[in-house]
Amino acid sequence: MELELTELTVRIKGRALVDRLSLRAGAGEVVGLVGPNGSGKSTALRCVYGALRPISGTVLAGGEDLRALPLRERARRVAALTQDGSVDLDFTVEEVVALGRAPHQRGTQALSVREQGLVRAAMRRLDLLALADRGVLTLSGGERQRVLVARALVQEPEIIVLDEPTNHLDIRHQIELLSLLRGTRATVLVVLHDLNLAAAACDRIGVLRGGALVAAGTPREVLTAELVADVFKVAARIVPHPETGGPQLLYTLNPSV
Amino acid sequence: MAGWSVGRAGAATAEKAGGHAPASAAEDTGPPGAGSSVRQNAAPLLLCAALLLALALSVLLAIGLGPAAVPPGETARLLWAAVTGGSVSADTGPTYQIVWEIRTPRVLLAAFVGAGLSAVGVAMQSMVRNALADPYVLGVSSGAGVGAVSVSLVGGLAGLGIYAMSAGAFVGALAAALLVYAASVARGGGLAPLRLVLTGVSLSFALQAVMGVLIYFAPNSEATATLLYWTMGGFGAASWGTLPLVAAVVVLGCALLHRWSRSMDVMALGDETAASLGVHPDRQRQRLLLLAGLVTGVMVAASGAISFVGLVMPHVVRLVVGASHRRVLLVAPLAGAVLMVWVDLLARTVVAPRELPLGVITALVGVPVFMVLMRRRAYVFGGR
Repeated sequence: MELELTELTVRIKGRALVDRLSLRAGAGEVVGLVGPNGSGKSTALRCVYGALRPISGTVLAGGEDLRALPLRERARRVAALTQDGSVDLDFTVEEVVALGRAPHQRGTQALSVREQGLVRAAMRRLDLLALADRGVLTLSGGERQRVLVARALVQEPEIIVLDEPTNHLDIRHQIELLSLLRGTRATVLVVLHDLNLAAAACDRIGVLRGGALVAAGTPREVLTAELVADVFKVAARIVPHPETGGPQLLYTLNPSV
Repeated sequence: MAGWSVGRAGAATAEKAGGHAPASAAEDTGPPGAGSSVRQNAAPLLLCAALLLALALSVLLAIGLGPAAVPPGETARLLWAAVTGGSVSADTGPTYQIVWEIRTPRVLLAAFVGAGLSAVGVAMQSMVRNALADPYVLGVSSGAGVGAVSVSLVGGLAGLGIYAMSAGAFVGALAAALLVYAASVARGGGLAPLRLVLTGVSLSFALQAVMGVLIYFAPNSEATATLLYWTMGGFGAASWGTLPLVAAVVVLGCALLHRWSRSMDVMALGDETAASLGVHPDRQRQRLLLLAGLVTGVMVAASGAISFVGLVMPHVVRLVVGASHRRVLLVAPLAGAVLMVWVDLLARTVVAPRELPLGVITALVGVPVFMVLMRRRAYVFGGR
């Protein structure tokens, strides 16, 4: 399902956190959002999954205005992996994954056989079957992150938004998570800090600065030495990946700092 | 810990190109959770059946015991006569009076209040996302105290007769809850959990100060006694007149809370995630606050503020059945009812003919049990 943000503006206490942001992610595309700290990446995502209402602009999913939908309806289309991964209560891994069905269920209705199958499948896909009965609060940060990804998959979303999903993950799990995102049919909008991972994982990349989009396009179009120097204030050499040909950034530490 | 498998990434990519399978790996439908989910569903039902049986026996025993002890068989016979409208012989008349008019409403009130406090405790802990929350976190108990004492001092609400003080307590309790809500709500309608707790705690202190002033200037010692009754709790005022209202409110409250159990599960994942799962966190907190304030207000008006049960029962039940609100809200009310029946029995028999304040017993029994459970099982609420 296509996701389209048009002229999205979020202003809190007079300060524009997101300023007339327009961005399109085609059906099934993986689109990355990058930018320095405080550039409005998370704020833009929050408008997509409904934790925040923009003061103007629209968020369209498959041509339908998400703002006009009740939160439950929206949650059936859009799943989110937020930065706040805290859990208050010691649910089992299986229980948390099953909560992904919450927007599809009414009252105290139990999971159907098909839904139980979805839960098992998502746990198998994220290698969580052995942890099914463990309490989530006893897991490591990386394990918990995988539980939350499985929960998002069980939601059967058409669109998945993820806010720095590779935080707390070791490099292997970072690679595996991004491979998994590329493997889903859903449209993916993901905030990433690591530009090299973004270049490898994303079909297209949007660069944010001060709440506004400064560049958008394929990684090769966007990630140039000039842009990285301009937006991130970092000198980097861009080299082609020996196997894929995609852009990769090489940094040199600044000895004068 | 092993990483997750992306072995099927190729198949999934093919799926991405043309298939219509949903984002989650629908091709991968293994046998549904034959083990754990079945086990988790069956065990609580068995536990509930056991607790219901224990409750029935406890109620029967508690109605029989007291200064004039009645054997359980005789108690059952008298209750049966009362319910079916049968006749009792003249010489058992006084016993019948004690059993049916005094003890039965008292024991039943204890059961309903125990159930209500446990369920509302669960709701409050979910609402403010804090393990230390209890039904009185919104200043409801001190509000009730101020309301009751005001009525007894000013003599208002006289039209309500013997229920005037209860009505005053109810109004005070509800006013406190609404005041906390009004003071915590942000301009955009947001209801931050921490602000709710802090506002509730500070309002409690303010109301306690008001109570202190009222007592200080009270012309007689009656106000002090009233206040003590409302802050320590007791079932001495139970009657057939008030029991139906309390019972209805508690049963309805527990049923509604159980209906909202999945929303409460989702709330425990944090506000952002709750929104992304279709649960409006502020709206959920609003309706929890309203319902919890109402149920607690009615209970406090009937029996005063009984401490500790609403704080500890949710934790004890979670230790046994896990965190899922669907199970906790099924088991906690029953367990709370059984506990409260026994606490009340102890309170009125240990130093008979005097009565111990209920809060003393709940603390004496509850704290050690809780400590032992906490040490025996690794229990976590919001991290370590």
